[in-house]
Amino acid sequence: MQIQVRFFAALRERVGVPAMEISLPEGVTVAQVWSAAVPEERLADNILAAKNMQYVGFDAVVEEGDEIAYFPPVTGGAV
Amino acid sequence: MTVLISGSAFDPWSYLAEYQRERAGQAAQTGATAVFVGSMRDQNEGHEVQGMLLEHYPGMTENYLEKISREAVQRWRLNDSLIVHRVGELSPGDPIVLVAVWSAHRKAAFEASRWLMEELKSKAPLWKKERLAQGSRWVEHNTPG
Repeated sequence: MQIQVRFFAALRERVGVPAMEISLPEGVTVAQVWSAAVPEERLADNILAAKNMQYVGFDAVVEEGDEIAYFPPVTGGAV
Repeated sequence: MTVLISGSAFDPWSYLAEYQRERAGQAAQTGATAVFVGSMRDQNEGHEVQGMLLEHYPGMTENYLEKISREAVQRWRLNDSLIVHRVGELSPGDPIVLVAVWSAHRKAAFEASRWLMEELKSKAPLWKKERLAQGSRWVEHNTPG
């Protein structure tokens, strides 16, 4: 199945691309998508993950056509 | 209930005045209005900050701010809520965020506006990258609320 993967902020700069499309077998988890997309880096505990723009845990199961995003801790607002 | 992500500079005070005029019909139900404006400082962690890039996740950021606005309106029985957040290139002094809530009594207005700001800061997909004289750095920690 095809999955859209996106990265934001410092993570996007480390990975080197804002997005990629990868092909994976049915039933994989958000953690397994990371391992396939970014094999050179471990999925650190403080990384946040979203599936179709909703926060999910690393054990969430991914389906065909899903958009999976990874990003560092958020720092919006001010002061 | 309004959420807006602004890619260009905005003036929170004139935006708020305009918003207030538009909702004038509900004024008689509102006993309390709480407003928070956060702006960019020129200092952080001992360094002079010359500029800042605010990145967001288009779609998810708006969804998340709408979700917490709905929660706040229900939990504190607000008459209305407003969140405006800047993204893109900012200079020191630029407004970053505007949060305003309207309610019958002050307790709900104070509590809901504070809760919205803390939820926004800790969970909304927004990231700051500061430009210093020595180069750029991503902000990695929030200050405690």
